[in-house]
Amino acid sequence: MQAFAQLLDSLIYTRSRNAKLALIGAYLKAAPDPDRGWALAALTGDLSLRAVQPGIIRALVSQRVDPVLFGLSYDYVGDLAETAALIWPGAQIAAPPPRLSEVVDELQRITRTQAPAVMTRLLDRLDADGRFALLKLATGGLRVGVSARLAKTAFAQAFALDPDDVEEVWHGVSPPYTALFAWGEGRGERPSSDDAPVFRPFMLAHPLDDRDVDLSDYAAEWKWDGIRVQLVHVGGETRLYSRAGDDITQSFPEVAESYRTPGVLDGELLVRGDVQGGAAASFNALQQRLGRKTVSQAMLRDFRAFVRLYDILFDGPEDLRPQPWTQRRARLETFMSRLDSARFDISPLVDAPDFAALETLRLGAREAAIEGLMLKRRNSPYVSGRRVGLWYKWKRDPLVADCVMMYAQRGHGKRSSYYSDYTFGCWTEEGELLPVGKAYSGFTDEELMMLDRFVRSHTVARFGPVREVEKTLVLEVAFDSIHASKRHKSGLAMRFPRISRIRIDKPAAEADRIVTLRGLAV
Amino acid sequence: MAPRASWIEAHPTGIYLPTADAWIDPAVPVDRAIITHGHADHARGGHRAVLATRETLAIMDCRYGPQPGQAIGYGETIRLGDVDLRLVPAGHVLGSAQAVLERGGERVVVSGDYKRRPDPTCAPFEPVSCDVFVTEATFALPVFRHPPIGGEIDRLLAVREAQPERAVLIGAYALGKAQRVIAELRRHGYDAPIFIHGAMQRLCDLYRELGVDLGELRPVADLKPAELAGRIVLAPPSALNDRWSRRLPDPVTAMASGWMRVRQRARQRGVEMPLVISDHADWDELTGTISEIAPGEVWVTHGREDALVHWCRQRQIPARELALVGREDEDD
Repeated sequence: MQAFAQLLDSLIYTRSRNAKLALIGAYLKAAPDPDRGWALAALTGDLSLRAVQPGIIRALVSQRVDPVLFGLSYDYVGDLAETAALIWPGAQIAAPPPRLSEVVDELQRITRTQAPAVMTRLLDRLDADGRFALLKLATGGLRVGVSARLAKTAFAQAFALDPDDVEEVWHGVSPPYTALFAWGEGRGERPSSDDAPVFRPFMLAHPLDDRDVDLSDYAAEWKWDGIRVQLVHVGGETRLYSRAGDDITQSFPEVAESYRTPGVLDGELLVRGDVQGGAAASFNALQQRLGRKTVSQAMLRDFRAFVRLYDILFDGPEDLRPQPWTQRRARLETFMSRLDSARFDISPLVDAPDFAALETLRLGAREAAIEGLMLKRRNSPYVSGRRVGLWYKWKRDPLVADCVMMYAQRGHGKRSSYYSDYTFGCWTEEGELLPVGKAYSGFTDEELMMLDRFVRSHTVARFGPVREVEKTLVLEVAFDSIHASKRHKSGLAMRFPRISRIRIDKPAAEADRIVTLRGLAV
Repeated sequence: MAPRASWIEAHPTGIYLPTADAWIDPAVPVDRAIITHGHADHARGGHRAVLATRETLAIMDCRYGPQPGQAIGYGETIRLGDVDLRLVPAGHVLGSAQAVLERGGERVVVSGDYKRRPDPTCAPFEPVSCDVFVTEATFALPVFRHPPIGGEIDRLLAVREAQPERAVLIGAYALGKAQRVIAELRRHGYDAPIFIHGAMQRLCDLYRELGVDLGELRPVADLKPAELAGRIVLAPPSALNDRWSRRLPDPVTAMASGWMRVRQRARQRGVEMPLVISDHADWDELTGTISEIAPGEVWVTHGREDALVHWCRQRQIPARELALVGREDEDD
């Protein structure tokens, strides 16, 4: 338990991704089975212990500590597990601290009525860091800034495995993952994932930087502005995975229910526009459906989701990934005939004899859900990640607006201490400046220095970490699209805004007006 | 029964002794100030007369220019009006003192800020029995229990050894904490030069003049990043996340403060390595000291007053909050 507690503690204070990977990796290599497996499950969120409610913790502490002092301390610290861990009177029992596996075994076995006695015994055998780890484990949710994907990547790196390969076998293994560690250490077979609805890493595209590409080798299709999704149906179960490998089945139950054909598909999740059965709507409409645990009937009716298919990875048990794109496309068209056409269609190919024709198409595309064009090499297999020369994306040119800097905030990571997050606005007809967006990228390091200096020397007010600045600096902001939104007072929100130029030459009064931006909204 | 120590008044700006016409640690300039120690929230400039230890006066001279000061040695008694004043060590920082006040057979101890842990840079706290004990309450919650400093210094040295390509940057209050950390590093056998931020230079020099051995200290300025790899660097907490720290080679950011006990506090500071090192008494020291001195009454100056007052009353010790203004505790 001490080693796991130390790992959690270090992770809390570590910001860099690589440092987190190294910390987790070092722990997984050093800790014994089955402790390390339980630790990995805790980090990936695959360990659920539900017997201990926060109320039990509060009651336990109040038996040991003056409730008034406990209340004042909790107010001050703001986190129940941390307050309880710190305030619990030092170890009462001379027994050695428990192992992580012992803790997990006990917590899995106990009922709610047994929980107080068992927790008391465990708390008494641990120091403050150990108690913190125990309480976080027992009440669920470690919150140490580690995603499931990061934890799995750390495991893969520690044992020199391919993270995508680990992801594939993941759903075929269960905590404490002794088979997985045996495989990692070369003592056992690769665990099988044949009968589980597992996630396969997506194939991604490079931006098209120059046109040094022979178009006769490539097929062209639209790039849709929705959520890239992988549909998996195997062994009677359906899963929807996002690009990061998160299970988003719950958010789109109607799509999951209508996909009952064994196989694995790659597509774009979109919602229908205003007219029922009409064209795909903007990303903004789709956002209404994201991140919801339960989906209301109104949501299902107003934002009807469907999937526009790009590719097929598996047809039943048959792995099509090694086959060339042309073969897979043919298989996808056949597969489509077995699907509900109200929920699924195929992303159509566009005719691309030369770049001039493509350019005309790209510029003419004003449909809300089109983000640009894709080029896919006809003979390429389906491989994970971005590989040079196989897939390219060619986005629509961004829109731009001249805005005035209004507020600034310090950045994070390598930009901590610099004012690098800017809120900017445009003018109303009454001559008032209203925020339209926030950006923290697009500038060079030198421009950042200049912007930081501007903020420091032109601050007119401070609100906690936020500085309000003199409304004199014009920023040219590039963005992919703009939508009606309640996020800003102006009633507009930009998608992917970034600073494209600093217009020191331009007087603030000549920045764009809100009506102009509204005209660009889709 | 008459109220205890009615010859002492608590005002928001400080503690006032009318018959001696003297203030203790006043927040505004006054005619005569008794200063317990040199931290800026206790020692301010602009008083017409200052009574303090020799060390505290030297610190004030260094920060505010020459002071109209009268030095009082530890244990020496002087009379102000009808009040006897004696200063005894508080163990907080170099020169820190408790003001022991006596009048008409009543004794009041104003402890200022204090701690009970050993500190190689200052004289240890001396408990003085009294009718009224005036105490701070910076860490007066039972979640604050400072670990022994030796373990914290060991962790620090272990990190430096494990990552020789990085500098170890320690945020520490420029008066007291910085010198204590340096002295403890020396006690643990670390004898390489220690690099300090420019804002610490004068106080470190002063500590040395006053007889505290800090080993070899060098300014950070003018050094190239590569030359700082594997070095220990001290800077005021405000410099940790400022542009100043960017000259260091990917530093391990540490912070020496009692607040580091609370993880979220440390995270907000962007600290990678929290060091729980405080010059204030923790919960056990505060309550232990009150039990040891067994005063007739406890007055609480600043910090988590409500918790300490509650604890006293639970034990039948009369206690009240003084609600002084201008006391800061963020960086300790």
